[in-house]
Amino acid sequence: MYKILLKQDLVPGIHLFRVAAPAVAKKAQAGQFVVVRIDEKGERIPLTIADWDEKEGSITIVFMEVGTTTARLALLKEGDAIADFVGPLGVPAHIEKFGTVVCVAGGVGTAVVAPIARALKQAGNKIISILGARSQDLIFWEDRLGSVSDQFIVTTDDGSYGRKGLVTEPLKELLESGEKIARVIAIGPAIMMKFCSLTTKPFGIKTIVSLNPIMVDGTGMCGCCRVLVGGETKFACVDGPDFDGHQVDWDLLFARQRIYLDEEKCSFEQWQKSVQG
Amino acid sequence: MAKLNLNRVPMPRQDPKKRGKNFNEVALGYSLEQAKEEASRCIQCPKRNCVTGCPVGVDIPEFINAIREGDMPEAVRMLKSKNALPGICGRVCPQETQCEATCSLAKKGAPIAIGRLERFVADWERANVGAAKPIDPPKPTGKRVAVVGSGPAGLTAAADLAKLGYSVTIFEALHVAGGVLMYGIPEFRLPKEIVQAEVDYVVSLGVKLELDAVVGKLATVDELLNNGYRAVFLGTGAGAPMFMNIPGENLNGIYSANEFLTRVNLMKAYCFPEYDTPVKIGRRVAVIGGGNVAMDSARCALRLGADKVYIIYRRSEAEMPARREEVENAMEEGIEFRLLTNPKQMLGDEQNWVVGIECYEMELGEPDDSGRRRPVVKEGSEFTIDVDMVVEALGTRPNPLVASTTEGLETTRWGTLVADEETGKTVKDKVWAGGDIVTGAATVISAMGAGKHAAADIDKFLRG
Repeated sequence: MYKILLKQDLVPGIHLFRVAAPAVAKKAQAGQFVVVRIDEKGERIPLTIADWDEKEGSITIVFMEVGTTTARLALLKEGDAIADFVGPLGVPAHIEKFGTVVCVAGGVGTAVVAPIARALKQAGNKIISILGARSQDLIFWEDRLGSVSDQFIVTTDDGSYGRKGLVTEPLKELLESGEKIARVIAIGPAIMMKFCSLTTKPFGIKTIVSLNPIMVDGTGMCGCCRVLVGGETKFACVDGPDFDGHQVDWDLLFARQRIYLDEEKCSFEQWQKSVQG
Repeated sequence: MAKLNLNRVPMPRQDPKKRGKNFNEVALGYSLEQAKEEASRCIQCPKRNCVTGCPVGVDIPEFINAIREGDMPEAVRMLKSKNALPGICGRVCPQETQCEATCSLAKKGAPIAIGRLERFVADWERANVGAAKPIDPPKPTGKRVAVVGSGPAGLTAAADLAKLGYSVTIFEALHVAGGVLMYGIPEFRLPKEIVQAEVDYVVSLGVKLELDAVVGKLATVDELLNNGYRAVFLGTGAGAPMFMNIPGENLNGIYSANEFLTRVNLMKAYCFPEYDTPVKIGRRVAVIGGGNVAMDSARCALRLGADKVYIIYRRSEAEMPARREEVENAMEEGIEFRLLTNPKQMLGDEQNWVVGIECYEMELGEPDDSGRRRPVVKEGSEFTIDVDMVVEALGTRPNPLVASTTEGLETTRWGTLVADEETGKTVKDKVWAGGDIVTGAATVISAMGAGKHAAADIDKFLRG
């Protein structure tokens, strides 16, 4: 069992857990993920590692309530324990000195981008971050991402904070500004990653995305998470989760993310009924 | 000499009509009377041919004799001294090609039902806890051994090493121990309660289980060796699925058998939504392949509620690698076999859901490397089978995780590890391997045999 050492409600619907997992904390690197199973009847879901503390022996995860498992997870409190917490899985983010890197973070993806941006900063890169959310009340870790960024831009869809609009607008302006940009990291909802990739493609700037297909084991055993990249089938769990956004077949990813929509709805309704008694 | 009794006591089984709708075990097991009757057919021939057919060398005539005499605790002791997992082996071993094939009565067409008797002894022990004498605890050697993977090879190696006094830790990537016995083989063929009971037995020998521990990620093999483990046994199996590489394979509703069976067996998707993990309920399901995993997948799909389940196999029935018994079970349950048929491509709708498989008719040509006649495409024979779900059971290959994170191991072009056939010793110092990781996908008992031989060699090495 893996104990929850700290719980923070970051914004409505997005929560942070610091979980005791000393062996995982020893090995974790930016861009990797864990597979979590709440209890005996739970499903296995992948959650990206948002931070780690080897001394404390803890892993920080940040998750958004989107279905039964994440809603059940959100009900857990400090001191509660999670049955299974497997990791660190996946290939770590590629970190080296590239020059100037633009890090685009969308919604809950901010928690995934933050450690990557930090590692890239430590490697000597100039970091320009763009943080996008639907509205001001959904923005978190502005300070964390901001503190490792040389330049920091916030956008909201409704204009309640920062610039009104989508992350792709300042991204395009940066690309057009003539500043030499070595690489773009774009992590957030799949649709955002797709449009960031489309934005950078005409400029020929390498764009890394972190894919989040449905997974079961997370170790290359089942092939549920297969994605098409550059015309080749890859398993996101062991070949990724980071891929070249210009090579990803986005429509296939969207379609495969919808496989269990009916079942997810059924499961969520059943769960709601059970908690309402 | 007494007249030979050539009437094998049949195995009571669930009615095919009923069992196609539940996940309960198909074979129901012998009663004590039936077991005694079958045991008494054994002529106790001095050649002990059956033992030579057993990869772990169970003292078969002796445990059968104990059953005949009604001394069940003795039967348990005899059986378990060589085989830590008899409830599993009694159910899923291909006895017909091993001990029963070499039985002296096999020539007469009626070998002793050794597998059924083995199962009976294991089930008797589970129902009569404490009746069999526990084995004497060994003298601790004070030496630690790491076993990677808790499938049949790892469990057997761990049990044997623990019995020799080693302090053994098993590292398992999944959240339960058992490997393919838990995630792959369905409940109706191998109840998970049985697997758990035999894992518990291995733990009772003093073996420590580290679940959720992905070796290669959480710790490497070299880190284990640097952290006090004097030897490492790799029993990581052949857990990575293969796909056909034909157009349309990433359509929604197309599963690898590994994914489908993992959802159903390990995650209990057949109890959805009580359990959180879903699986699609296909109405018209095609399973591609002719092995045991294909039969398991087809029979799971049927039990989940499919109206029609096909097995699509490119050769003919004679070449099917599945156990005869499983093919018969599947046929009895109403699975339709489309033999000499091979998919050309998967067809989908605009929502990316599979709606059909375009297939070729095949014919058999000259024998290939496997000695089986090679299936050849009949040009222009394309036709379509309408389906809403496909399971590809085309075999598996080793997961590259351990090999790719360990310096000094040698792999073949199939991704299997190179290891000595007799001892399981790899080319890397202090590292042994056995089971599917070495042979490619094979049987539970051959993996157990490899675990056993490696344990003996590790013991020899550590004794110096």
